[in-house]
Amino acid sequence: MPDSSRTQRLRKLVQEIAGKPAPGDEQESLFESGLLDSFALPDLVSAIEKEFGVKVPDSDLNPRKFDSIARMDAYLADHP
Amino acid sequence: MSAYLHGFGAYLPERVVANAELAERLGCTAEWIEKVSGILERRWAAPDETVAGMGVAAAEDCLRKAGIAANTLGMLIVASGSGARGFPGPAAEVAARLGLDSTPAIDLPIASAGSLFGLALAMQLAETQGDVLVVAAEKMSAVIETQPMDPNTAILFGDGAGAALVSARPGQWRMLDAVLHTDGQSREALAFDGTGPLRMNGLTVILQAARKIPQSIEEVLGRQNISAQQVAVFLLHQANLNLVTRVAKSLGVAPEKMFANLQRYGNTSSASMLIAASEWVETKPEPGPIVFSAFGAGFHWGAIVADSGF
Repeated sequence: MPDSSRTQRLRKLVQEIAGKPAPGDEQESLFESGLLDSFALPDLVSAIEKEFGVKVPDSDLNPRKFDSIARMDAYLADHP
Repeated sequence: MSAYLHGFGAYLPERVVANAELAERLGCTAEWIEKVSGILERRWAAPDETVAGMGVAAAEDCLRKAGIAANTLGMLIVASGSGARGFPGPAAEVAARLGLDSTPAIDLPIASAGSLFGLALAMQLAETQGDVLVVAAEKMSAVIETQPMDPNTAILFGDGAGAALVSARPGQWRMLDAVLHTDGQSREALAFDGTGPLRMNGLTVILQAARKIPQSIEEVLGRQNISAQQVAVFLLHQANLNLVTRVAKSLGVAPEKMFANLQRYGNTSSASMLIAASEWVETKPEPGPIVFSAFGAGFHWGAIVADSGF
């Protein structure tokens, strides 16, 4: 289930890294839309680790897991 | 086990391909190429120039600078991800053109990280084999010019060759330690099948490289009780200026410590690290620890630390 508090925090992270507002549609690809480029992705993963106190293992470094706010939210739900 | 780096060499083809020329062919702008890669221009080999031929030129440059005759070599290692055929690889031709008729010559068909793996192997083999010449040569223009050209990869690559001489005899830089890693789970994220376009999932490559390069550097430095701040220079695979800068940030060192020449040569895959080393030596650098690191298709990655202050 989406966690509204968590998605809000994810939106804030995306906005900080992109320097632009996060998309209204949580399913929208942050990379295909051009909001983030490939070099923003490592920053995004690091920011998630810091914000949520999780360690994303190398085996989970798959861009699909962090492609949208919905996918990031799902990843965090599965890796509390 | 002691191994020392005695010198480096390089060869770059004459033809300069500026961003403007490439942008016209690809339907993008020169400014966009520079923004996403840091690259201003690259060298492309002539149609009759081969991986082996460029490798021989870099080898001869290295041997001349190290003051070594080719016939004294105990082993030759040639890395390339863009060799013209499956077998024999370019090592046999490079050996023959250097006048070697019984010296063992090994191919490392590893793009990008090939020269790092070659140096690490040479470090282990120098004591038993004698002087080991590591050569890395790439004709990436032949890879990216397969039709249709993909702007996301065609802007990145250039041609060239580099070389390094590793010996058990004391030399200018003592090789202290090496770490090598491979994770084949993402082997399709960056691949070239010999024909057809090079395939690259840029997001995966950048995400993995941005973490694994600093990790391997910290791993090898930690084993030698050397801090990143003590390192005199980082000689990285010249993949992308944005990535090189990011590695500096992750390690907490000034970007100026990252030697970079990819602005002029682009990403020459496995050759890039040794071309960078060859140019770095020409700057008459101050003594101190030096770190080599590379990441590439496979994924293969790792780091080596050497020191001139022994």
